[in-house]
Amino acid sequence: MKKVIMGNHALSWGAQLGRAQVIAAYPITPQTQVVELLSEMCASKTLDAKFIKVESEHSAMAACIAASIAGARTFTATSAQGLALMHELLHWASGGRNPVVMGNINRAMAPGWSIWTDQNDSLSQRDTGWIQFYCSSNQEVMDTVVQAFRVSEELMIPSMVILDAFALSHTYEVVDIPDQDKVDGYLPPFKPPVRLTPSDPHAFGGLTSPEHYFELRYKLQKDMEKVPDLVEETGREYEKLFGRYLGQVEDYRCDDAEIIFVTSGTAGYTARVGVDQLRQDGIKAGNLRIKMFRPFPFAKVREILPRAAKVAVVDRNISYGHHGVFYQEVKSALYGRDHDRPPVFGYITGLGGRDIMPETFKEMARMTLAKDKPEEDITWMGVKR
Amino acid sequence: MIEIRFHGRGGQGTVVASKVLADALAKEGNYVQAYPEFGVERRGAPVIAFIRIDDKPIYDKSRIYAPNHVVVVDPTLVEAIDVTEGLKEGGLIIINSEKNPASFEFPAKYKVATINATGIAVKHKLGSMAAPIVNTAIVGAVVKMLGLTKIEPLLAAIKEGVPTRPEDNMAAAEEAYELAEKSV
Amino acid sequence: MKDKKKAEKIIFKTEKEVPLMPMSLGSMLYNKTGAWRNIRPVIDLGNCIQCGICWKYCPDVAIYIENEFPVVDLEYCKGCGICAEECPTKCIAMVEEEK
Repeated sequence: MKKVIMGNHALSWGAQLGRAQVIAAYPITPQTQVVELLSEMCASKTLDAKFIKVESEHSAMAACIAASIAGARTFTATSAQGLALMHELLHWASGGRNPVVMGNINRAMAPGWSIWTDQNDSLSQRDTGWIQFYCSSNQEVMDTVVQAFRVSEELMIPSMVILDAFALSHTYEVVDIPDQDKVDGYLPPFKPPVRLTPSDPHAFGGLTSPEHYFELRYKLQKDMEKVPDLVEETGREYEKLFGRYLGQVEDYRCDDAEIIFVTSGTAGYTARVGVDQLRQDGIKAGNLRIKMFRPFPFAKVREILPRAAKVAVVDRNISYGHHGVFYQEVKSALYGRDHDRPPVFGYITGLGGRDIMPETFKEMARMTLAKDKPEEDITWMGVKR
Repeated sequence: MIEIRFHGRGGQGTVVASKVLADALAKEGNYVQAYPEFGVERRGAPVIAFIRIDDKPIYDKSRIYAPNHVVVVDPTLVEAIDVTEGLKEGGLIIINSEKNPASFEFPAKYKVATINATGIAVKHKLGSMAAPIVNTAIVGAVVKMLGLTKIEPLLAAIKEGVPTRPEDNMAAAEEAYELAEKSV
Repeated sequence: MKDKKKAEKIIFKTEKEVPLMPMSLGSMLYNKTGAWRNIRPVIDLGNCIQCGICWKYCPDVAIYIENEFPVVDLEYCKGCGICAEECPTKCIAMVEEEK
């Protein structure tokens, strides 16, 4: 069934199709519509879930973790300040192996108080042990929530489905909503290996000495390393059922590219328009859109980027005191090789919702092609100086 | 790909107009992208909504700077702001007004068309003379003037998407559609 | 004290033996945390006004109500003394365990 829906509602539809059983969330612009529609779905019983009203995002994540350990499939959504407020519990959900799925609307961190988009909020959480998916269309948002439940529950690692504020959250696009029966065939009920139950009571998350903490965390990393293959496998299965492939990255015209952009989020799609315009101008550009950022798609990046002579990473974020986050991670993925290591140029643009346009990509291509090697680690695109 | 910008005032249903139009066009198999100008809104303040329409997937997620056509839902905005900002040459300006298009002083490179959406809305008792709900009538005219689609998908979209008094809204859209003329 | 369990040190030899998530190894039904106790609450039921405060305040859910009076579950009570502190009639005494 095709419907024109906003990105926020695509998250809600994903949670409904995924048959989430417990939802605990706190409203924050620009996420509020996610939770509004979910509460309507619960009230009308189209979604058979318990909706818990909480007084903060920290409590929302606490409720989700508790529900998850009790064996329920849980979903929540937040943004920026709310995501930051639940920070310590993000560590808990991953360390405690609770497969919570959360929608995060990328919103610039305050101050100044901003409701527009950039990626610092979710990237600040890249070390918490959550799987991170960056989506570029409402269709992808909805599909990815369903896939996220599958991947998270199989490996018992929580995941975030991330979308840009306004450019996706409040933008209406055509979404093909699949039949519930077909989704049920793809996503079985949640069957955790261990759960909190009075008939066999255990204590979870208690005092753990140096004797065992190290191994618990080693296991988390080892299971994280299984995520890329599982994303590919479940992504191909989704394609067979619904006609849409959900992979780790999206390679657009990279095969014969002389310059490849590395992008994510809505900029990852605007980049395609830039690439097409550059190709018309005779420049062989390509775009590698990173969908799965955590775990980092090392194999794909190492396979695809060396096809080009130059790489231009576009970061809608910055790690202060260092450089753009995708820039750092792409460089480190290519480190240590004697060959297949094209020079990587880092561009930072679009912070706080500053628009990223096809023209921006044309300019970045021109600047990249003008130099053999990057002269600086950050090229600021569009800052008024 | 066609890009259209809507100008209205908060509370008039400008954003709903772009959404209903998007619904109608999606029914015909088009790809659409509709969004309001992002920011804080309040009743009475100028609002802007955008829509991109194409027969293939739309990848451009940047703001629309140079629309093909402009729709002015509240005629007082013609004096208040520059509704032609970025408008491409040869673009159509559709204004909710009972006045003749020639009475508006726009540069010759643009085309102008008018539709008395307020009158139609009041006739179908949608809102009041002071605060008419003109969005469905506007969309009926836009669809005909720009040759975007037939009336049937629009009526279906209104029936599904407009919560209050769908029949009256459908009648208003249909009347505007009949009165309007294809202008591009 | 005949309740006191000899604490065994459990060390896993490899990560494969470590459970998936940090959790208590045996069922809590058999993990009698009362073995930690050095002092125990003794309730003078003659002065008890049946307010239920000790039951509400116990952080380990180790006080239960039986025949409308509080009873301490000595298998799990850790002797924190909160019940004695909060009792409005001070009818709970904390008594040293015999060695």
